[in-house]
Amino acid sequence: MYKKGLVLRFPAEVVDQPIVWRLVKDFDLSFNILKATILPGKEGIMVMELSGHPKKVSQGLEYLRNLGVEVKSIGQEIYRKEEVCIHCGSCTAVCPTGALAVSRPSMEVVFEPERCSACGLCVTACVVRAMEVHLEREAL
Amino acid sequence: MGEFKVQKSIEEINERIRRGEAVVVTAEEMVRIVKEVGPVEAAREVDVVTTGTFSPMCSSGAFINFGHPVPTIKAYRVWLNGVPAYAGLAAVDIYIGATEPVEDDPLNKVFPGEFRYGGGHVIHDLVAGKKVHLRAIAYGTHCYPRKEYETEITLKDLPYAVLCNPRNAYQNYNCAINLSERTLYTYMGILRPHAGNANYATAGQLSPLLKDPYLKTIGIGTRIFLGGAKGYVIYAGTQHNMNVKRTDKGVPFTPAATLMVLGNLKEMDPRWIVGTSHLGYGCSMAVGLGIPIPILNEEVARYAGLSDEEIFTQIVDYAYDYPNGIKRNYGVVSYAELKSGKIKVLDKEVPTVPLSSYVRAREIAEILKGWIKRGEMLLTEPVAPIPGAELFPFRPRKQ
Repeated sequence: MYKKGLVLRFPAEVVDQPIVWRLVKDFDLSFNILKATILPGKEGIMVMELSGHPKKVSQGLEYLRNLGVEVKSIGQEIYRKEEVCIHCGSCTAVCPTGALAVSRPSMEVVFEPERCSACGLCVTACVVRAMEVHLEREAL
Repeated sequence: MGEFKVQKSIEEINERIRRGEAVVVTAEEMVRIVKEVGPVEAAREVDVVTTGTFSPMCSSGAFINFGHPVPTIKAYRVWLNGVPAYAGLAAVDIYIGATEPVEDDPLNKVFPGEFRYGGGHVIHDLVAGKKVHLRAIAYGTHCYPRKEYETEITLKDLPYAVLCNPRNAYQNYNCAINLSERTLYTYMGILRPHAGNANYATAGQLSPLLKDPYLKTIGIGTRIFLGGAKGYVIYAGTQHNMNVKRTDKGVPFTPAATLMVLGNLKEMDPRWIVGTSHLGYGCSMAVGLGIPIPILNEEVARYAGLSDEEIFTQIVDYAYDYPNGIKRNYGVVSYAELKSGKIKVLDKEVPTVPLSSYVRAREIAEILKGWIKRGEMLLTEPVAPIPGAELFPFRPRKQ
């Protein structure tokens, strides 16, 4: 599942609205709030993971921006669950940086995190769902 | 049938396996041996060649009998973890197909759909020993009065569970490209526009039916590696076709023979039965399958020694040609070229993408080799050929 780590700044005028609830209800997204300081009548800040269909996530983010919420991505990194990967190679069709590549002649699929741009395309391209988005701890 | 310089029978090979003297090599090793010493000498030296493939294989599924509750039920509709199973068999017999999505799946409503859970995942969960929720509804009869049944099942407690795949081990498959302007989401993976990548789905020189292209040793009843257990070839698979264009060495250029296979699900290993999700297409299941080839004579040895350079497939456009049933190709390429990482299509260099795990195919060939070497698996003489094929005689050598 597509997942994004976000820092949201809510203007004082909107903190009384059930904004996160709308993300769930209208955009079919699931959320995980990692940190939040929301007080009546004051600017609020929230760190959250938002996951769902990529199209719905971007629609949800547009909804937030239209409300005046400042949306910033936080650093994320792609992680491969080694015990799940079957080394088929499907992911190499979409990886734009070559971080996922077939090593020859062994035909193993190697993952070099230092070449990864964390675009997340491999997450849904992987047929066994071995690729995951993790938020960078330091960014939090 | 001409006479061969080397002639062995299955019985002779099995005797050598029993004595622990059989020479068993993988299809990769056989490529090297035949190159070095030629097919006649290779046939003298080698008794068995093991093959393997691990890839999403649609047309897979399992027959399950879930046992009668009390009072009894004649199940009319059945769901396993929310995935519909076919219940039109008998009171508590069902078939769960690998490509059936979970009932409330959004499918492709928001494109491309993710298809995160389906029949293949249910079968994997069962094989992994996980609890699976079963729900059945019925209309009620005198002999089977119950109208609803919900329970948790585990593979261990099921009275009967058999993997029965109507089409596996496709002999060769297309190399897919996309000549349109937009990205395609297909069963051949994600295809970027303007032939941005070329996807292929066969293990080449390790793939079972490419190493016995006329099915002269593989027939009905052949014992195989299936999902980590011992299984059997039970018939030709759906879409099986022997009447295809072949190279001068006898290997089909196009998808050709297929096998229907069966094995006891309870003996299988979750490493070799894995649910898969194909973006924008649907769900399926990766199946591990390997077939031992008895080296009866030098002709079998020559086929089993075919290398990636000698096995070809055609390049097919999945944007326009494939969905419209247009029989056209954009050239043929060898598996050696495909595995090099780049091929030439329409004078353009195109990166290649494998969809079938060569690493796991090799692992299966090695496991099968171990079983046979240790005498844990003997070879079988098929009871009949696959339709359209003609078996080599498995007769004993002339004294």
